[in-house]
Amino acid sequence: MGLIARALEAAGVATVSLTSAWTITASANPPRAAFTDFPLGNTAGPPREPGSQRDIIRHALELIGSATEPGTIVQVGGGWPTEWKAEARELRDHRSPREPVPQYERDSDRQSAIENHGDKALREL
Amino acid sequence: MQRPPIDLDVVDYIQVTADTYSSLGYDSYRWADNSAEPPTLAAPTKPLDQSRVVLIASGGIYRVGDVGFTHKDDTTFREIPTDVPTDELRVTHFAYDQTNAREDVNVVFPIDALRALATNGELGELAEVALTFMGGIYSQRRLGESLIPPLVERVQDLEADIALLVPV
Repeated sequence: MGLIARALEAAGVATVSLTSAWTITASANPPRAAFTDFPLGNTAGPPREPGSQRDIIRHALELIGSATEPGTIVQVGGGWPTEWKAEARELRDHRSPREPVPQYERDSDRQSAIENHGDKALREL
Repeated sequence: MQRPPIDLDVVDYIQVTADTYSSLGYDSYRWADNSAEPPTLAAPTKPLDQSRVVLIASGGIYRVGDVGFTHKDDTTFREIPTDVPTDELRVTHFAYDQTNAREDVNVVFPIDALRALATNGELGELAEVALTFMGGIYSQRRLGESLIPPLVERVQDLEADIALLVPV
């Protein structure tokens, strides 16, 4: 996403990137980033906490006006207990097989996509 | 490169990935490294409360009825109307734990927060659609050739002043 941020900004669109992976973001070096120190999969805040989510997005967007140094990373949000970090540091490959055809959260989504798009809903790109 | 504050004790996913791949006998993964090349900063032209904001998210979010994403270098993106009912949003991804995202999609697609900020006037307005795709495209060449140019063009068509990017 850092590469996309850089391309957008070069095209004149101001960007701010949320991230929970500080070192990956620092390496890709997007124009501005808001760091949330949460387990991967919760970049925009804890589930079912609309107030926390709103505060995170507000603080992230405020970086557009306040960050003057290219590549600024600022922490936003907090309060997530840190027990998850030990598991995140374990050397395990969490990835599932990389299926080359469209994937769906639910079978009913697959059926809806077939109704709207026919074979394209199932085809390899 | 801006190093993380020591007391933050961040998880270094570059190191964890390198050590995991090494322990499994895989080739190492080469992350994008622009740390020596500062990004361009576009000057904000408007205050936030007059800005048009587009949400771009890479967590594999799609709307019921749309074609899902493949899990292998899918460089297509979907357009999701920003007035979509939140309960019509779904996620699929090969690399992150989607338990929370499937309980509350806002953790990877903060649409309710953005709508609330637009409603109370803290931001100007949302672009009529958000753009979503499947992160974990391992080829930076494919990303640069197939995804980034049409995505940037669409953001310009949408006349967005600000893009909020949400990876996982």
